[in-house]
Amino acid sequence: MSLITPDFGLLFWMVVIFGILFFILAKFGFPMITGMVEKRNRYIADSLRQADEARASLANLAEEQSKLIEQARLEQGRILKEASQTRDKIIAQAKEQASEEAVKMIEHAKKQISAEKESALKEIRTQVAMLSVEVAEKVVRENLKTQSDQLALIDRMMDELSGHDVS
Amino acid sequence: MKALKIILALLLPLLPLTARAQELDMQEYFFGHVSDAYDWHITTVNGEPVSIYLPVIVHSKTSGWHVFSSRHIAEGETWQGFRLAREGEPHSGKLVEEVGGEIVKPLDISITKNVLGLAINSLVVLLLVLCCARWYRRHDVLKETPKGIPGIMEMLVMMVEKDIIRDCVGPDYKRYSPYLLTAFFFIFINNLMGIIPFFPGGANITGNITITLVLAMCTFLAVNLFGNKHYWKEILWPDVPVFLKAIPLMPVIEIIGMFTKPFSLMVRLFANILAGHFMLLGTVSVVFLTAKLGAGMNAGLSAIAVFFGVFMDVLECLVAFIQAYVFTMLSSVFIGLSRQHSEAEKQS
Repeated sequence: MSLITPDFGLLFWMVVIFGILFFILAKFGFPMITGMVEKRNRYIADSLRQADEARASLANLAEEQSKLIEQARLEQGRILKEASQTRDKIIAQAKEQASEEAVKMIEHAKKQISAEKESALKEIRTQVAMLSVEVAEKVVRENLKTQSDQLALIDRMMDELSGHDVS
Repeated sequence: MKALKIILALLLPLLPLTARAQELDMQEYFFGHVSDAYDWHITTVNGEPVSIYLPVIVHSKTSGWHVFSSRHIAEGETWQGFRLAREGEPHSGKLVEEVGGEIVKPLDISITKNVLGLAINSLVVLLLVLCCARWYRRHDVLKETPKGIPGIMEMLVMMVEKDIIRDCVGPDYKRYSPYLLTAFFFIFINNLMGIIPFFPGGANITGNITITLVLAMCTFLAVNLFGNKHYWKEILWPDVPVFLKAIPLMPVIEIIGMFTKPFSLMVRLFANILAGHFMLLGTVSVVFLTAKLGAGMNAGLSAIAVFFGVFMDVLECLVAFIQAYVFTMLSSVFIGLSRQHSEAEKQS
């Protein structure tokens, strides 16, 4: 049976053709494909790892961020508190100063008022003295209308003066 | 469209074929399709064969080299002293010459149907793989993945390399993967091309024992040339009681095993593909064999034959893949066994 007996011619060509096929494919075909696919697989694995790392660092970043925000909020609270304290202090100081000033001013006013009063009193006193002198003048003038009166007065006064001198 | 085709195929047997039905020579029908030939018979139009006549290259001991077209010997004529051996003569179907009344077979390296088919199919394999490789050379592999033919080839290559070669051969699989991948695609494409019923397919290549012999030899060489110390020790001085080695029973069995492994590879592929071809031919022959039984019978049986033929074709596509897969896997396993380290070496 020719079906199960190898044929030399075909054997020869099979060896030649399969040999060439194997040579070309082993040199230019399969290593290229498998190499490239492996390269891509490595790249994908690398990318996955990197993505993982990036995700992890992103999570860290978010944590850091929230920490930073928290810190900022605390700072803000502190600053606000300080500001309100400072404000209160300034207001209190201002009030104190104002009241001091007020007291001073009142005192000053009082002093001035008393000085004014004194000077007014002095004036009144001089006025009164002047008036009384004028009145006295008028009275005296009335009383010394006559020559006799004038002489009597001079006498009396002379008396008085001399009496005063004697005594 | 598909339904239309099926209806046409079903209607075909209703035509008055009986007029042209002739006695079908089953022997000639079966063996003519699966065996090698000096010309590639494509079809017959009006009783005239339409064939591709291929070059005959022979070397006679008496008259040296001869190269001529097989057209000259197609009808059994003698040309330059050579003719096809007739039925009953030695080397039947082969080219012979008569030297002094004796029939002698010359050294025959003709481009036969199988050689041409082999060349065409190898070219297909080459183009498929190199087209894929070229895609990789032209594109940035880190930015895009192949589509179309390179995509399919990449998937197949990686499937074979990952699932078969790496798992079966072991750590140094890289060294063997070009051979095993070549064997896989060679067998797969040849199997598929064998199912296509017209030129350039249809040559029964992987169902030819010569082809599977060469493939099995390659595996045999890959196993034995690169076998390590442990492999040879297992063959020549295996771990069995000494009396089994004193009378060299185990070594003999192991050495026979060395040859039965590639032999089984050879026969498995050959027999599976040949049987597939026979099944397909048998199914199709029903259409012609029943032509004499009358139109109704012929129509009914032909319908069944067509339906069954489609089923067989699909099955053969599966077998084409399975046989390529099995050949590659078993070769990988045999290579893997020859590269194994002993338990003691593994632990150290």
